[in-house]
Amino acid sequence: MKDIKVLGSGCPTCQKTAELLKAEADKLGVAISLEKVTDYAAIASYGIAATPGVVIDGKVVHAGGLPKAADVDGWLRGSDGSFP
Amino acid sequence: MSTCCSEQAATPAVAAPAPCCGEVVEKPACGCGDAKPLPSSASPGSGRWLIATVIGAIAWVAVYPWLEPLAEATVAHLPVDRQSPLGDALAFVLYDLPKVMMLLVAIVFATGFFRSYFSVETTRRLLAGKRLGIGNVAAATLGVATPFCSCSAVPLFLGFVSAGVPLGVTFSFLIAAPMVNEVALGLLFALVGWQVAVTYLAFGLSIAIVAGLILGELRLEGWLQPWVRDVRMGVTALPDRRLTLADRIEAGWSSVKEIVSKVWLWVALGIGVGALIHGYVPTALLISIMGKDAWWSVPAAVVIGIPMYAGASTILPIIEALIDKGAALGTVLAFMMAVIALSLPEMIILKKVLTVKLIAVFVGIVGLGILAVGYLFNLLFV
Repeated sequence: MKDIKVLGSGCPTCQKTAELLKAEADKLGVAISLEKVTDYAAIASYGIAATPGVVIDGKVVHAGGLPKAADVDGWLRGSDGSFP
Repeated sequence: MSTCCSEQAATPAVAAPAPCCGEVVEKPACGCGDAKPLPSSASPGSGRWLIATVIGAIAWVAVYPWLEPLAEATVAHLPVDRQSPLGDALAFVLYDLPKVMMLLVAIVFATGFFRSYFSVETTRRLLAGKRLGIGNVAAATLGVATPFCSCSAVPLFLGFVSAGVPLGVTFSFLIAAPMVNEVALGLLFALVGWQVAVTYLAFGLSIAIVAGLILGELRLEGWLQPWVRDVRMGVTALPDRRLTLADRIEAGWSSVKEIVSKVWLWVALGIGVGALIHGYVPTALLISIMGKDAWWSVPAAVVIGIPMYAGASTILPIIEALIDKGAALGTVLAFMMAVIALSLPEMIILKKVLTVKLIAVFVGIVGLGILAVGYLFNLLFV
């Protein structure tokens, strides 16, 4: 089970990012728990200045803009962020 | 700054879903331990992007000079008098619609490509600890180059301030980002002339630098929302991924796809309004309202423009038609700057971190700057 957080105020790009993560996880058959973090102070605590941000198992992997599907696959496949 | 992501839905009457300033053009950061290039960066599509771009650029250059003769020939075949208002309006639409769309694609592509060299995180690192003065100049310049969308305005503000970027420097960034809009700059260059484009760039940067300096000197840190001072910024290290040329070209194309698909309808709307002005608004009436002698028209343009929000690609065809008709350049540009630089949705987003008093000072100073630029333009371009 991967713990995934999407950091963002609920803007369309943040929604799209969450949908993309979910779709890719379904495709790869990776179990995830997806949480949206919308509180600005909480977002800041992750140290990013551009949203949407993506946090996987406590690690920030992306900040700003819609991530590429290929990158998402990489995050979901890697057990600890590195590639098998 | 565009309001692509204003979740508050407090959109004013003239709201257009604007191009989200390069939000998809971000440098995708890879969190892998030793930052190995992802397999995607060596995708088989790399060469394809390059070839498609070269072919596209050649086709662009070949087609562009034919747009005007083609539009005129088309109007000549229609059963309307070219000299009539309808003929005038039709010629404007048939020439401007393909022209503005082609320019938009080229400008957005170039912006997406060059912005892949910048990111908000890098900019923040560059600006942290900078003093007022040089910091404001750097912030205004980086504000033009950094990919940034208004949905990120609050995280960006928090990120800058808590990383030790002075408030005045942060404001220079926040003013320059929307004020010197690359689409506005490119379209001004192509539709109105390079002198105007360069002057707009210089004045836009000056307003951002001076307004940031003034706001910094006023020491208004106490006017932030109270919780902002307690925000503790986490530390994160997003290793920079090395982007190849093909990655950057792909970034350019993805911003074209994203932005053009979002704004084409608004471009068409702007051209429609421009055509109506071109064909049907009496020149004498327009000059009496927006001409150089109507001194009050500059402040009126600023006051009307501030709460309005429209993307640069919507407003520019209207600007072009107004200038063709004899409206004073400064008046029209003050209107454009007020529309794209300050908007109600943006202020509502910023209210999360700034008190109303501070927003009022911010809008007041930027508004006065635009007013000054309007009068200066009217003096400079006779």
